[in-house]
Amino acid sequence: MSKSSKLNSRVSRRAVLKGAAGVAGIAAGSGALTGFPYVHAADPKVLRYLGTAVNEGDEISKKCLADTGIKIEYITATTDDVTKRVITQPNSFDVLDTEYFSLKKLVPSGNIFALDAKKIKEFDNITPVFTKGQLPNGKKIGDQGTAPWKVLYLEGANSKTFSKTPTEFVTLIPTVYNADTLGIRPDLIKRPISSWTELLNPEFKGKASILNIPSIGIMDAAMVVEAGGQHTYADKGNMTKAEIDLTMKIMTEAKKAGQFRAFWKDFNESVNLMASGETVIQSMWSPAVTKVRSMGIACTFQPLKEGYRSWASGFCVSKAVTGPKLDWAYEFVNWYLSGWAGAYLNRQGYYSAVLSTAKANMTADEWGYWMEGKAAVGDIKAPDGTILEKAGATRDGGSYDDRMGAVACWNAVMDENDYMVRKWNEFIAA
Amino acid sequence: MMLVFALFFLLPLLFVTIVSAWDYNEYEMIPAFSLRGYSDTFEGCIADLPNLCTILKTYLKTLKLCLLTWVLTLLIGFTVAYFLAFHVRSKTWQIVLTLLCTIPFWTSNVIRMIAWIPLLGRNGLVNRGLEGAGLIHQPVEWLLFSEFSVVLALVHLFTFFMVVPIFNSMIRIDKRLIEAAYDAGATGWQTLVNIVIPLAKPGIVIGSIFVITIVMGDFVTIGVMGGQQIASAGKIIEARLNALQFPAAAANAVILLGITILIISALTRIVDVRKEL
Repeated sequence: MSKSSKLNSRVSRRAVLKGAAGVAGIAAGSGALTGFPYVHAADPKVLRYLGTAVNEGDEISKKCLADTGIKIEYITATTDDVTKRVITQPNSFDVLDTEYFSLKKLVPSGNIFALDAKKIKEFDNITPVFTKGQLPNGKKIGDQGTAPWKVLYLEGANSKTFSKTPTEFVTLIPTVYNADTLGIRPDLIKRPISSWTELLNPEFKGKASILNIPSIGIMDAAMVVEAGGQHTYADKGNMTKAEIDLTMKIMTEAKKAGQFRAFWKDFNESVNLMASGETVIQSMWSPAVTKVRSMGIACTFQPLKEGYRSWASGFCVSKAVTGPKLDWAYEFVNWYLSGWAGAYLNRQGYYSAVLSTAKANMTADEWGYWMEGKAAVGDIKAPDGTILEKAGATRDGGSYDDRMGAVACWNAVMDENDYMVRKWNEFIAA
Repeated sequence: MMLVFALFFLLPLLFVTIVSAWDYNEYEMIPAFSLRGYSDTFEGCIADLPNLCTILKTYLKTLKLCLLTWVLTLLIGFTVAYFLAFHVRSKTWQIVLTLLCTIPFWTSNVIRMIAWIPLLGRNGLVNRGLEGAGLIHQPVEWLLFSEFSVVLALVHLFTFFMVVPIFNSMIRIDKRLIEAAYDAGATGWQTLVNIVIPLAKPGIVIGSIFVITIVMGDFVTIGVMGGQQIASAGKIIEARLNALQFPAAAANAVILLGITILIISALTRIVDVRKEL
């Protein structure tokens, strides 16, 4: 945390300096002094992109610059810090890369611009997972938690109320999403794992872990509680106080019994815990599993019968953005959905929001492995060219339809969030 | 000087205190008087008796870690400073060896702590070594993600803050005093207790203030080395901040500040640092 925030402040300071120097240069060089009008033409197209490190690839910004002439300046922060920044410093970024569940906090702050759906070229081709809560083949998927389609539309351009029916005012254009589950070390567990209850199985005492981000951690806990038959939640992403108490009680008992080796908060922590064998079963993110595997250590992103916890992120635009900058923002979002970036994301094990354009940018073998659950014909490579899987491998959990179709709930912010955070602190102190 | 102090220390502190008495909702602070931040913090402290409530448990744990770290850094720091001041004769070597103490700060916090896993982990060097020597048959689990590892990492990091002020006090001790004690027939122990320690007191107190204030507010080291399973006062503030509950975080910060000030003022009661300097 401290590391990324340090980075973030450095980047932003540099950005500010550069901006100031640029303004000074332009003013001194020509326009402001002599009144020549070509000042605007000399303006470089720059967008400040605030987000977590996960989606901020150098290759994406390079390709974007080459294709559109828009220079992306990344401002990197942790998920929590991104949210804080949007609320406290809305002028410090132009484009925001964030998750749908944050919108419940961001939109009421009035700092998010309502995007015009008609200006997003591929809007109608965005997968129905986001717009209707169903797979392209029509199958309905889980809607517990802050599911994207609940917070996708606003009632009006300046509204702070989410619309239940589609409107042309869009809060966040989806780009990337995935279905999360438990990661396991098959070489150390040596038996099939098929249910979330295994996380609290005394067999793995001192070798289990969950993530210490309260709003996400409690949903993994709820998957475990529900799988164990102790309680069925009306909505795991919006628990009552009694449900929070029950969930935390079960987790506290497990913690006191020494079930957990450690909790993790940082991507690299999760990789280290798993790779070193400190844990053999834990909540995990897809790229972390890939990273452990690329170290030559067996690690499976285990599909479980109760389903996945899903998340989705995309682009918002700051309300402070106006004029030509707003056009560049639309241009950037349109470029992002036009295929190259989508294919790039798909090759990392994520899913892209517009499937058709991404497919056009991938080989048939890649598409078959990542999206259709087919065995790879040749070696499967990461975007940087390293080999991820040998020919013949299939993806954990199978095809897009199998994985996204088995989503049980979405990352969420609860109505009782304040109470939940207090209970989480109590859990850590127990 | 006064202006800088007021602008960058007193004013922010005043803001934190004001905000701690505000109300809040999911996404914003509401500038209306409310002691919710405080009352929530002490939730269950009376109702749960005789069991301890979260905040008391957390502070007891933090104080325990703080005390252990303080005792160990003091012992080690004092010894190192003593060695540097009285056994290393040349100025150059004193400087070189003092600089060596800064090595733990050369790498980033996160990397430094991740580096403990291969050493203390289940399959780490220490466990391998002990197993190889036939001393244990099962890996020892409490080496990592335990209070042991937290204290170890804190001591490793912060002994430096003890060494420097104590060393600084010690080199000012007039060497003739020690020679006089020797001539008068004092043993090494008597010289230490009656001359060196009293004269090094300001350094000890300053070092203690450094270590105690840092450890009381620490949440990164305790988090990473404790496997995020050990509560600390700083951790509670961080969790509240991350949930955008600024007034509650501010309330906790004010409480932490109050307790730390109590400890420090108790310390300065024992030694009047200003007079001694």
